[in-house]
Amino acid sequence: MLPGMGNVAAVTLVVGDEELLADRAVGAVVAEVREGGEVAEVHDLLGGKVEAGELTRLTSPSLFGDRAIIVIRSAQDLSKDVIAEVVKYANNPGEDAVLVLAHPGGVKGKALVDGVKKAGARLVIVTKLTKAGERIDFIRNEVRQAGHTITPVAAQALLDAVGSDLRELAAACSQLIFDTGTKSIGEDAVARYHRGRAEVSGFTVADLAVEGKAGEALEQLRWALATGVAPVLIVSALAGGLRSLAKVSGAPRNANENQLASQLGMPPWKIRNARRQLNGWGPEGLSRAIQSVARADEQVKGGGTDPAYALENTVQTIIANRTGH
Amino acid sequence: MLRQAASAAAEVLVGGRGAGMTHAWLFTGPPGSGRSAAAKAFAAALLCPDQGCGHCDSCHQVEVGSHPDLESVRPQGLSYSVKQTRELILRAAGRATQGGWRIVLFEDADRATEQAANALLKAIEEPPPRTVWLLCSPAADDMIITIRSRCRVVTLRTPSTQAVTHVLTTRDNVPQQIAESAARAAQGRISRARRLALDESVRRRREAVLSLPRTLTGVGECINAAERLVKTADEDAAAATSELNETETSELRALYGEGSSGKGLNKGLIRGGAGALKELENAQKSRATRIKRESLDSALLDLMAFYRDVLAVQFGAQVELANEDRRPDLEVLARTGTAEDTLRRVDAILLCRERLAANVNPQIAVEAMTLSLRNPRG
Repeated sequence: MLPGMGNVAAVTLVVGDEELLADRAVGAVVAEVREGGEVAEVHDLLGGKVEAGELTRLTSPSLFGDRAIIVIRSAQDLSKDVIAEVVKYANNPGEDAVLVLAHPGGVKGKALVDGVKKAGARLVIVTKLTKAGERIDFIRNEVRQAGHTITPVAAQALLDAVGSDLRELAAACSQLIFDTGTKSIGEDAVARYHRGRAEVSGFTVADLAVEGKAGEALEQLRWALATGVAPVLIVSALAGGLRSLAKVSGAPRNANENQLASQLGMPPWKIRNARRQLNGWGPEGLSRAIQSVARADEQVKGGGTDPAYALENTVQTIIANRTGH
Repeated sequence: MLRQAASAAAEVLVGGRGAGMTHAWLFTGPPGSGRSAAAKAFAAALLCPDQGCGHCDSCHQVEVGSHPDLESVRPQGLSYSVKQTRELILRAAGRATQGGWRIVLFEDADRATEQAANALLKAIEEPPPRTVWLLCSPAADDMIITIRSRCRVVTLRTPSTQAVTHVLTTRDNVPQQIAESAARAAQGRISRARRLALDESVRRRREAVLSLPRTLTGVGECINAAERLVKTADEDAAAATSELNETETSELRALYGEGSSGKGLNKGLIRGGAGALKELENAQKSRATRIKRESLDSALLDLMAFYRDVLAVQFGAQVELANEDRRPDLEVLARTGTAEDTLRRVDAILLCRERLAANVNPQIAVEAMTLSLRNPRG
């Protein structure tokens, strides 16, 4: 084996649908190979375009002793013959070539994953992050790797403003690190570059409307519509918010939340929340607010010309009826 | 008129002029007036050598729906698509197997979409010489005007309570008293009266709906009442469809080769199976939505009849009350509100029905209605 390549696995399989992490895993292998200062040519191939025999040609020893790194992306698109070739190679890899396969997971091209795994390739799994907490961790990790720190509040603000796409988050982090002179990134640093929200759910709008915060509710409503939340979802969130208020308003005031939970069919935290929000609401106002949401649902579903107008109108009606009586 | 047409039709078959017979008929009448029953009877008369004797093979086949020359269509989903219509037209163009008439009986023709109705036009205007179209819809206005003008309209009227009672006692052997109250409650809808008379759970459901106005004391109660109404409709749809869905799905799976054994067969679905399954799923979903809406609508109609009775009591009108058995409730409501309030409540129910038809979320629409019932001036 040649110097500099001693620790690198001959075949690496990257499985997972998180593109950024998959790219990084591939990049890490390339960097590892080059660490020894050796020159290595990278052949970056797309699964659907690899022809039979190509791998054999690329992995065969070069006359000049150059090393080759073969990266096959979208490996699920490889044809049957090529998969057989890859698996055969993985069972008996050459000494001066490194093969990296990126597969998004799933059933397509599963034979490749199974075959290469069996051959003892190094496996890297990169799955999509689904929880907000995982994304916060990702941000903090990004910043820490660059030798900086970020406060939890700032990380949350960044996540709110940029959204959940990891590539965008990573880019935002590196930009912030570059622009911030101090070691720690605070809330104000984030606020200087990022404002607003990338992702607003109907529930945010509903909570603000029910709490009577007119300005914020309308602002968030605009954000939600601008980022492509379906008007129908916002209406149903508004209806849901008012519905829980109405349900809780009908229940005895001094009853325990946990006992009420089963009776009302709502989780205790939601009852607690609704009790807090009920401040300022009277039965007639609540009734009119719910009526206006029904009107909005009708308008959003083709009864009116402009869903955005219908939504703004109903948010305003809800807020106006809160302070009613 | 129909009897005359049937004899004229017989005349056509032996080569006569057949004045009084035509190739397209539209049966209209309010729900319960027996549109489809009338159309079916007419079909039987056309196909029967004795013009509807009621006991020959042909009449029996029409009755059970197995007559080869009677194509019966009843839309199961929310609407009848243009694609289905084109296929129907093709089948309608076939020659009658027994040498008589080929009849297409299209129940609920108002479910046809506008495109579907347009596709029908040509076929209805000039069908093959021996094809007859029988369309049914609640009102002539439900069909587009171009179809209406191509059909001879047969208008049926709502049967009286007495007539419905008579049918229930003689045909279904229902005791007089139950038959009477069911007939009153159903407001002329025979099928509904029959279900009310024969099915205890349908009666109980109605009782639950009618006791609803009394429970609407606070906003929370209104929301709960709405939730119950919608939930019952959901359960109806689930009960009516779940078993049917399963058999349909497994039949389709078998059709596409699932579970087949033998050499050269694969275990899973063959090509096209997944698409067909998806299509079936959509049709089933549409059917469930329709059942849910109809169940909800039936509850709303009961409620509306209830408030109509309140209004009648308020005005002291000497009309038959649909809810005679709930007179105390009616009187309490009549005393506590004005006639204007009652009218507003009826309007709220009508609005809710319109909203449901416009695809508004049922729970939201019904909540708005119960709130209006509680406080009609809100």
